Amino acid sequence: MNPMNYIYLSCILFSLGAAGVLLRRNAIVVFMCIELMLNAANLAFVTFSRMNGTLDGQIVAFFTMVVAACEVVVGLAIIVTIYRSRRSASVDDARLLRL
Amino acid sequence: MNFAAIVQDQSSQAEAVLFYLLAPITVLSAVGMLLVKKAVHSALLLAAVMISLAIFYILNEAPFLGIVQIIVYTGAVMMLFLFILMLVGVDSADSLVETIKGQRILGIIAAVGVGGLLIALVSRGNLGHRFFGLEMANGEGNVQGIAKLIFGQYVWPFEVVSALLITAALGAMVLAHREPDSDKKDQRALSEDRVRQNSQPVAGLPGPGTFARHNAVDIPALLPDGTAADLSVSDVIAARGHLAKPGDFKFIETSDDDREGN
Repeated sequence: MNPMNYIYLSCILFSLGAAGVLLRRNAIVVFMCIELMLNAANLAFVTFSRMNGTLDGQIVAFFTMVVAACEVVVGLAIIVTIYRSRRSASVDDARLLRL
Repeated sequence: MNFAAIVQDQSSQAEAVLFYLLAPITVLSAVGMLLVKKAVHSALLLAAVMISLAIFYILNEAPFLGIVQIIVYTGAVMMLFLFILMLVGVDSADSLVETIKGQRILGIIAAVGVGGLLIALVSRGNLGHRFFGLEMANGEGNVQGIAKLIFGQYVWPFEVVSALLITAALGAMVLAHREPDSDKKDQRALSEDRVRQNSQPVAGLPGPGTFARHNAVDIPALLPDGTAADLSVSDVIAARGHLAKPGDFKFIETSDDDREGN
């Protein structure tokens, strides 16, 4: 099988995630779409690792996972804080710096 | 064609079958994630995408990453997402009103443009059209190979990432912390109030009467002046009317004759 198929799939998933970030309003869904983009990049890294016969791509994917986990923790804490002050998780409502 | 080549060909065919089965599912789940209205459905579809990505990792000779993907992403991260969704409100559906005019069309065009550009560039690039394979790199096992790299060449990024994890945990705690907005009394304030007001006995309610002849819970205790302490009997017993009077159990003088008569 042509290894490029994995890369094409990764590109499609990445652009779908980007579309989600641009189109959706719910902050949590936007966040999930960012996760989808990170995962698409991971798939490309893992495929490149196999194409080149070294494990470095898998290491990068591993680090991406750790950073994504950190990002999820802090991002969701921010969403909860915004929800507490505005009673809404929509990205449209959080357009002012003050309450 | 020798035997090794045949085996290689067959495994490649099996991989192709699995890929063409799973890739449409993955893409459809991702598309569905954008289209469904409820955030919970989005989260479930994202979990489906992540599980199929884990299968792709295992297919790509990265079993360690595949397992980590299932444990970390579908296990921990999606759990966190669902937890926050429940906290924020499950039925918080997206509003479909466009606040910026033409944003939806522009967004779709931008996303299709990014995807098209990526695919066009990647397909024109000379990246090689066959796998080198990880048989050599995975010779001692995938986990061993990754461990050698992480604790060897990549040990400094690994340490930095650990600092990042601690910082993220602290940041989440600081962000999620909230000072109590109503000054609810704690146990110390409550006990101080009780002593100050003196509305009820500080040392707790007195026990029921304990007489030499009768120590049931329905007899009130006697105060030093001889009167009955009503607080010493439970309200339930008093309401039932089972309350015995302490006078009924006064010590009766018995003479020696009475005892001998028995």
